[in-house]
Amino acid sequence: MNKLVRQGFKPVDSHFKEDGQRWTVKEKIFLGLSPGDYFREQLKNPFNWILWVIYLVGTPILIARFFYGLGWATHSSYDYPWGLFLSWGLFTMVPLSASGFMMGTTVELFGRKDFKPIERLGLLNGLLGYFFAVVFLEVDLGQPWRLIYPMFVSLGPAAVLFLVAWHVATYLSVQIAELVPSFSEWMGFPRAKSFIKSLSIGLTVAGIILSTLHQGALGALFTYAPGKLHPLWLSAEFQWIHFLCSAIFAGLSMIIVVSTLSKWFMSWRCDDEFLSTLDKLTLGISKGAVLALITYLVIKIIAVAHDNEWGYLLTGWGQYYIVELLFGTIVPMILFTFAIRRQTASIARLAAFVAVFGIVLNRMNTALVAFNWKLYQEIPHWREIIIAIMVYATYIVVYRAILARMPILYTWNDKTK
Amino acid sequence: MKKFDRRKFLKGSLAGGVAAAASVGHEAKAAHTFEGYPDSMGVLVDLTKCIGCRTCEAACNKEQGLPAPDKPFDDMSVFDEHRHGGLKRRTSEKAYTVVNRYDIPEQGEPVYRKFQCNHCNEPACLTSCFVNAYTKTKEGAVMYNPKVCVGCRTCMIACPFYVPAYSYSSPINPIIKKCIMCYDTRLKFGKAPACVEACPQEVMTFGKRKDLIKMGHEKIKFKPEDYVDHIYGEHEVGGTAWMYLSKVPFEKVGFDTHLGTQPVLSYVKDFLAIVPMVLCIWPALFTGFHLLATRKEARKTEQQKSEE
Repeated sequence: MNKLVRQGFKPVDSHFKEDGQRWTVKEKIFLGLSPGDYFREQLKNPFNWILWVIYLVGTPILIARFFYGLGWATHSSYDYPWGLFLSWGLFTMVPLSASGFMMGTTVELFGRKDFKPIERLGLLNGLLGYFFAVVFLEVDLGQPWRLIYPMFVSLGPAAVLFLVAWHVATYLSVQIAELVPSFSEWMGFPRAKSFIKSLSIGLTVAGIILSTLHQGALGALFTYAPGKLHPLWLSAEFQWIHFLCSAIFAGLSMIIVVSTLSKWFMSWRCDDEFLSTLDKLTLGISKGAVLALITYLVIKIIAVAHDNEWGYLLTGWGQYYIVELLFGTIVPMILFTFAIRRQTASIARLAAFVAVFGIVLNRMNTALVAFNWKLYQEIPHWREIIIAIMVYATYIVVYRAILARMPILYTWNDKTK
Repeated sequence: MKKFDRRKFLKGSLAGGVAAAASVGHEAKAAHTFEGYPDSMGVLVDLTKCIGCRTCEAACNKEQGLPAPDKPFDDMSVFDEHRHGGLKRRTSEKAYTVVNRYDIPEQGEPVYRKFQCNHCNEPACLTSCFVNAYTKTKEGAVMYNPKVCVGCRTCMIACPFYVPAYSYSSPINPIIKKCIMCYDTRLKFGKAPACVEACPQEVMTFGKRKDLIKMGHEKIKFKPEDYVDHIYGEHEVGGTAWMYLSKVPFEKVGFDTHLGTQPVLSYVKDFLAIVPMVLCIWPALFTGFHLLATRKEARKTEQQKSEE
C-alpha cells in the first residue's frame, strides 16, 4: 500500500470521490480500489502469508478444543487451573489496553487537545484489547455459553471476578461509545457523533472509574491465593494498586508501540498531522509513562518492605524478581528519562517496547511462573500456544483492518463536494 | 492566663477522634469474622490410627457413584505413585478422597493421611465464586451447584488445600468435582459420611465441630506423647469442619502449615473495601480535575459572551 500511495493513489478519506460522486460502503471497504486490485495488494504483503500459515494450523486446533475439551488442548490441571489463555489473554492484554482510558483522560478530561491526533488510536487499542481479552476468556471457560450467568442468572456480587466481569462488560460499551465518532464519520451519520460528544466527559469519568477498579481487581484476584503465589509477587494490601499503576505505563507504552508500528507499516494511512506531531506526542506520553514507572518501582519496593520480604531477595526466586524489576521497570524508566532529556523520540520508542515487554514479564510471572512456586512449574501445551497465537493474530488482523478504514490515524475530510 | 490554643485543641481532638475511630474499627473488624454455624458438624481424623487400607476411598467411590479407579482399591502400589513434580496423589474428578503414605525416617512405621475437602467455615471457593455456585450448609458441608458454573476455575485457584478438581476431559459439561461430605445422601439426615462409617480402624470421629475440638484437646492432654499439641483445622484459614490429629509434625505428612488462621477472604477484603469508595469519590474528583484543567477555556468563553 505504501508503494501505491507513493505512486499517487489516494485511499478513501471522505464521502465523495474526486468527481463529486458519493463512495458506496463497498467501495469504502476496499479503500477505493477495485476488489481485484485490493486482493492483489494483500497478496504482495509477506505478513499476510504468515497469517495464512497461522490460520491453516490454528483453525482446526481451535475448533477441536470445543469438541475434545480443555484437557485435550491445554495443560490446565487441578493444580494449575489457569494457563496461557488467561495469563496472556486476560492478565497481559488488559493492562496493555489501558491506553483508552489514559488518552480519554488526557484529552477530554485534562483538556490536552494537543494529544488529539493520537487519542483515537489509544481508544481503539483499548477497545480491541478488551474485546480480545473476552475472546481469550471464552476460549478458556469450561462452559463459555454461560458467560452471561454472572450478569443475569446467578449473581455472586461479593467475588472479585464478579466485579471484573461487570466492569469489563460495561467498559466495553463505554469504549464502543467513545469510538462511535470515528465510525459515524466513516459511515456518514453526523448525529451519532454529536450525541456522543455531548456525553464525552461522563464517558471519560466512567472509563476512569471502571478502569481503576477492574485493573485493580485483576491484581486482587491473586489475593485469593496467598499460599500459592510467591510472596514477592503478591502483596495482599497493595496488589490492586500495583496492577493499576503498572497498567498506566503499560497502556501509555502500548500507544507508543502501536503508533510506531503504524508509522512504520501503515504510513500510507497516516495523515500529515499524525506523522508530523507523532514525535512530540511520543515524548509527551513518555513523561506520563516515566511518572507511572517511578511510582510503580517505589510501591513495589514498599510492598517488599511492608511484608518484610527482604530475605526472599537472596533466593533464586528473589534474583528472578530483581531481573524482572530491572528489565521491566528500571531500564525503560531510564530510557524514557534519557529520551525526554535528549528530546529523542526514537529512544522513547525503544523504551516503550521494553516497558511492554516488562508488563508481559510481570503478568506472566504472577499468573503462571511464580504461581504454585512450592509445587512445580507448568509449561503450556503446544496446542494452547498455537490457539493463543491464532487469537492474537486475529486481534492484529481486526486492528489493521479498522486502522486502514476508519478515521483513526487520519482526519476525515468533511468536504461537501 | 494561658491563651487557649485553637490549633492545639484541634490537633488534640483530632487525635482523640482517630483513636476512638480506630478502637471502634477494631471491634467492628473482629465482629466481621465468621466463626461458623453453631451446630455445624465435622470430622476429627486421628492419623495415628490409620493403616492405609483405602477402605474409605472405596466407600466414597461407591457412595458418590464415581467411575471405577485405574487400580483396584486393594492395590497398595498406588502409594508409590508420583505425579507431575514428584508429588503424591491428590483428589481428582474420579476420587474425592485419597490416602497417601509418608515414610518418616525417625518413625518406625509409615504414616498415612486421608485427604478430602476440609469444608472450611468460611470457604475460599465460596467467596471467590462469581456465580454463587457454592453454599455452606448449616450442617457444615460446602456444596457446589454445577448448573450455574461457568467454568472459570477461580475456586480452584482460591482453595488453599488444592481440593477442587475439574472434569477437563468433558467438552460439553465440565464441572467441579469435590467431596460434599455426603450431604444429600447422609449428612442432611444426620448421618456420618460414607468414608467415616466404612473405616475399620475408627480413624474418623463424626460429631458437632465444637465437641470434636474439645475431644481433640482432651486426647492430646491424655496422651501427650502420642500427639503433636495442635489440632490441624481448628484455626487454619478460619477453621475447617474436617480436623486432624497427628503424632508427627503436620508439615511432614503433607499439610501446609503456613496458611495462617485468617480465612482467605480477609486477604481480599482490602480491595473489596476500596470498591464503593472509588465508585463514590472518583466522579466528583475527576469532574473537579476537569473543571480545574479547563478553567482558562471556560474563562475565555465567558469573556467572549460578555463582549457580545
